[in-house]
Formats: sequence, structure tokens, C-alpha cells
Amino acid sequence: MIDQKELDDIDRQLINMVQLDFPLDSRPFRTLGEQIGVSEEAVISHLKKLTELGAIRRIGPIIDTRKIGGFSTLIAMRVPEHEIGKVAMQINGFDEVSHNYLRPGTYNLWFTVSARSKSRLLEILSEIKKTGYPFLDLPVERMFKIGVRFRV
Amino acid sequence: MNVIDMQLIKLTQNGIKLVPEPFKKIALELDISEEDAVQRIGSMIDRGILRRFGASIGHRALGIVANAMCVWNVPDERIEGAGAIMAGFDEVSHCYERARCPDWDYNLYTMVHARTKEECEHIAQEISRATGISDYMILFSEKEFKKTGVRI
Repeated sequence: MIDQKELDDIDRQLINMVQLDFPLDSRPFRTLGEQIGVSEEAVISHLKKLTELGAIRRIGPIIDTRKIGGFSTLIAMRVPEHEIGKVAMQINGFDEVSHNYLRPGTYNLWFTVSARSKSRLLEILSEIKKTGYPFLDLPVERMFKIGVRFRV
Repeated sequence: MNVIDMQLIKLTQNGIKLVPEPFKKIALELDISEEDAVQRIGSMIDRGILRRFGASIGHRALGIVANAMCVWNVPDERIEGAGAIMAGFDEVSHCYERARCPDWDYNLYTMVHARTKEECEHIAQEISRATGISDYMILFSEKEFKKTGVRI
């Protein structure tokens, strides 16, 4: 975890801005700099530092798989505790799995699957079924909030 | 979705370079102008293909270490109102309605992020009070087996 003292005002402003208001033009870092009164070089060097610290993972597109013709779901699986590490690795083996967490409760392994086609999604689910553990298939019916913004 | 848009996503999804003209090389590779490249990204956001274009942040590095999935059992006729209220909370990054299952009554899912578990619990209580939904569970992530952005 980053010591909060390592972040200055410019870092904080940048983190808050680049999540949702990343300027879409050919010189985005210059535009960001103009907005907060620093140079393009300063913006780039702050963003490089934030990336090295792990505060920023990447700047890129956040895709809506459904709009792109993809099919996704959330799976909650009931796995005995002593098997969890092994099963989690097996699940991680699918490139289509983007998030996979251990959570408390009867259903303890929670992961998201986003596939290019309905048939690929069904194929993955049938592979998962072969593990023999019961699971819930929880596809999205409606989205109320999909953006992320963390104020720092 | 057209081929150039798809390529544009592929070339940016691992993160654009932190250089003054991050779209220059990408545009060159696709044989389009830089202006066209950024306009296409903007258009994909307008059309909902992209949820947004910007930074994915590393919560853990920033000290936002408590991540809770809250699951809510909301009567179907109240889902619209409850979803809108939950989405209004800053600490809620995602809010989705998901299919109910025979063995699982919960149908509304929120991801809540804070610096401590207690803070997450407190936010869930506030959400409960604001929506009047009292049947809920907080499922903290105990272990992260995988976390990547959705890729195409």
C-alpha cells in the first residue's frame, strides 16, 4: 500500500480526473496539464510515478462486453475449503474469466466470465460443471451503475 | 462493430503509452488520422460499446483495501427505485440487477469500496436505511485469485 504522504496534490487531482474525464484528443496529457495548471511533461511524469506505485493500472478502454456482442455472467460456486486453491487456479485458466474471488458463505468462489459468443459461454459453463461443484449462474438483468470513480 | 474500432480497442486495451502523443503510433498502424482515432473512441463511448475511456486504478495500492459485494433481496416492483438510490452512493462502483436463483433470493448486487471493513458495513447500513431493504448480506473478498480488465 502506498504511504499517502507519497501522493501530492497533483497526483490526487490526476487520479480523480483520469478515471472519468480523460481528454480524448491527440495531446491528452497537455490538455490535462492545462486543466490543473502544470506542464505536459509534469503530467506524464506524475502519471508514470502513479503507474509504478500501482495507483494506476492502465489508461485504456473499459469495454461493455454485451454491446460488443459478448456474453457474460457471474458464477457463485460452492467449493470445499481444502479444494479452493486448486479449483480457483483451474477457473483462472480460462482467459474469459476476468475476476475471481474467495468470499465467505455457502457459495464461496465468485467469478465473472465474459465470452465472445453465447456458444463459448455455454462451453465454459459446461467445462465448469465437470468439476462437480454446485454453482449459481447470475447473469445481469439490468445495470444501474457501471462507472468507477474513487476520490483520493 | 467495424474492424477499425475493434482494432482500436485491441491496441489500447493494455493501456496507452505515457507519451505526448499516445494515439499517434496507434493511428499510424490503423492507417487513420489521430483525430479519427480519438473521435472513434468518443463515438464508442456514445454508443455504449465502451463504458468509459480512462484509468483503471489499483485500489489496494491506494489504501482502498476493503471491497465488499453486497447482495440485496429487493421486491421486483421496487428494484428500479432501489437501484437508483444505491447507484447514487459514491462508495458504490457497480450496481446490477441479476437473475434470481431457486437457491438464492438475492437479485441486486452492489460493489462497495472503502478503507476498512467497518466502513463498508456502515455504508451498507446507510444504503439499507435509504432504500428500506433489510434483507442483505455483505460478502467481503477474502482473497483475490484473479483481477484483470475484460479484454477482447
